[in-house]
Amino acid sequence: MTDFFNALAILGNFLIIPGLTYGSQLALGALGVTLVYGVLRFSNFGHGETMAFGAMVTILVTWALQSVGISIRPLPTALLAIPVGILVTVALTLLIDRFVYRYHRERKANPVIFLIVSIGVMFFLGGLIRFIIGPGDQIFFDGTRFILKARDFKQMTGLNEGLSLKMTQAVTIITAVIIVAAMFWFLNHTRTGKSMRAYSDNENLALLSGINPDRVVLITWILVAALATIAGTLYGLDKSFKPFVYMQLLLPIFASAIVGGVGNPLGAIAGGYVIAFSELILTFAYKKVVLYLGPDNMELESLVQFLGTDYKIAVSFIILVIVLIIKPTGLFSGKTI
Amino acid sequence: MAALYQQYRNHMLFSLMAGLLILVAFIQSLSVSLTILNLCLISAIMALGVNIQWGYAGLFNEGVMGFAALGGLAGVLISMPPVSDAWQAGGLGILFGLVITIGTVVTCLFTWSRIQHLRQQRYWITAAIIISGYALLRIFFDPSVNAVESVNPSVTGYLGGLGLPILVAWPVGALFAAGIAFVIGKIALGLRSDYLAIATLGISEIIIFFIKNEEWLTRGVKNVNGLPRPVPYEIDLQQAQWFQDWAMALGMQADDASAVFVKICYALLFIAVIGVLLWLSETALKSPWGRMMRAIRDNETAAAAMGKDVTWQHLRVFILGSAVIGLAGAMLTTLDGQFTPVGYNPLRFTFLIWVMVIIGGSGNNWGAVLGGFFIWFFWIEAEPIGLWLIDALTSGMDPQSAVRAHLLEGAAHMRLMTVGIILLLTLRYAPEGLLPEKKRL
Repeated sequence: MTDFFNALAILGNFLIIPGLTYGSQLALGALGVTLVYGVLRFSNFGHGETMAFGAMVTILVTWALQSVGISIRPLPTALLAIPVGILVTVALTLLIDRFVYRYHRERKANPVIFLIVSIGVMFFLGGLIRFIIGPGDQIFFDGTRFILKARDFKQMTGLNEGLSLKMTQAVTIITAVIIVAAMFWFLNHTRTGKSMRAYSDNENLALLSGINPDRVVLITWILVAALATIAGTLYGLDKSFKPFVYMQLLLPIFASAIVGGVGNPLGAIAGGYVIAFSELILTFAYKKVVLYLGPDNMELESLVQFLGTDYKIAVSFIILVIVLIIKPTGLFSGKTI
Repeated sequence: MAALYQQYRNHMLFSLMAGLLILVAFIQSLSVSLTILNLCLISAIMALGVNIQWGYAGLFNEGVMGFAALGGLAGVLISMPPVSDAWQAGGLGILFGLVITIGTVVTCLFTWSRIQHLRQQRYWITAAIIISGYALLRIFFDPSVNAVESVNPSVTGYLGGLGLPILVAWPVGALFAAGIAFVIGKIALGLRSDYLAIATLGISEIIIFFIKNEEWLTRGVKNVNGLPRPVPYEIDLQQAQWFQDWAMALGMQADDASAVFVKICYALLFIAVIGVLLWLSETALKSPWGRMMRAIRDNETAAAAMGKDVTWQHLRVFILGSAVIGLAGAMLTTLDGQFTPVGYNPLRFTFLIWVMVIIGGSGNNWGAVLGGFFIWFFWIEAEPIGLWLIDALTSGMDPQSAVRAHLLEGAAHMRLMTVGIILLLTLRYAPEGLLPEKKRL
């Protein structure tokens, strides 16, 4: 029986907790992409950089707070800085919408043109971020590192394998749950949320019913900026902040949104976890798990791994391509919020 | 004045570009200017490839990076000498692995066509075939791969190439890209435009992952250095009597002159290629085929109603464009003399090429070439210009000031911002680009 729990501890430590964390980050990112797709009807290639921008502002504020000695130990100070990050990012996205997207929206440009415009925004933001904070790694985590240390877990349970829970992981998962719940409450139970859904569902009908399109677009950008900042900061807290990484994150985020059904918030969240867990499950080395579960004197040569760890990110691309080819509408048949 | 500009804008813009390159030759050095020119030429060919897909047919291919990398891979596989020890160690196993892969794919396609009536189950059956094929592959393939990779890993550790002249790699690179484009086109071209963009972007990342990780074939992140050259080596030139006399006559140092000479040789080769490509693309665009492609691009339904096979034409133009990109990729590794898989990132190899096409003028081959020149020029020169600009603007500030130091450090990233702003401005104020597509009646 201990063997079983040992195997479970390994899985929990290396698969379930990291999967939930990464999945939450992807889900929040994908939620932003899906909102833009649902309401503004284009694939926003600038989303990765928006996340990086939000995270960057949060980092700068965090440093300012740290330098005056404010902290909320054991929680990371960055949580305190997030609201400022959100405000600045909202301002930025609204400015970009005003000066870039609005013109093309008024002309009812083709979604492909929007996509190319968002590539321009991606370039611009990427340069801006690197100009302000530089291309290097920034570490801004403070507070307690572990909630549950592997050693304590071993002592507590008497198992051979440790299970640890990092503060950043707990913060990420809990924040994601709160944000997602708030998001769904907003979309389903408020007037504004309902008007957004109506607009996304059928633009002309919504306009006829007296919904103000400018307001819907405004609210959408505000939500997108907030989601991007939170997702970007959580990712930066958990791994580290590096502008280049956020561009690489763009494809897994698109993959999550599309796997779930683009334009469908529920799908985006499910997609995030599907992508995160498939990356981990397919590249995890099950050797120790098999050794624990198998007969006592079993010997194993191989690592019992489906794919090399190098292919971790490639898994999400492969899933993306397969879903696009077999079922482009995704698991939850998207298109509307 | 405006009318004059309209009439001669081709000549004026290309002269402006030439003027900029000459200016660089005087301000920086001739060698820098030629380096930029060579990369401008390669970028222009990539832009031509994208223009064939986007400008002729409206296909949104965001997988430029993958095709360029495949072309580069061709450079390695054709020109590097074969590693006979590695072939002995694991060559057979690897060939067997390839047979298994091909067998799996063929079985898959064959059963897929036979079980169409089975609805849901057909996915499971196909998945089962793929998984069993993959398991077989791992069993037979992995030991050979390990054997190959452990043959003198610091120098070789891969199978090597065929040892042919590297110029052979150029058409082969185009063929590689065309082959993969056929597969991608078959499965992805039915997607809506922005889904196609995301799918091709994903596929190009998968190609790069493959190249980075399959070390038995590509040496992966260890890079392949010292690819043979189609042009003479500097060191040989410096020792040749005729070259020393020639350099003397021009009043240049032999080592400077040799570097310049080599770059000019490359430039001539590239110009020859781009000349042929431009001639072919212009002829194609003017031909009935070009007219049909435009008809398909502008109204697919109408073209289909007129009996044009839209899917097949899309596939054809996708393959053609990708082949041109693959050719440019092979040329790039030839110029670099090395293959560095880590160097492929979508910003530089996909999005930047797209910016070139949009700014140059989609649908116009000369526009794509001009866009390739302009954007590459600014991509390289934005840094010195930005440095100079910031230096000039902050010259009043205290030289020790942290703000000034930070700004100077950040100047390197000006180019991302500049390219972004140029793209946004073009899309808004001149959506047809510098050289708009000709209006045909």
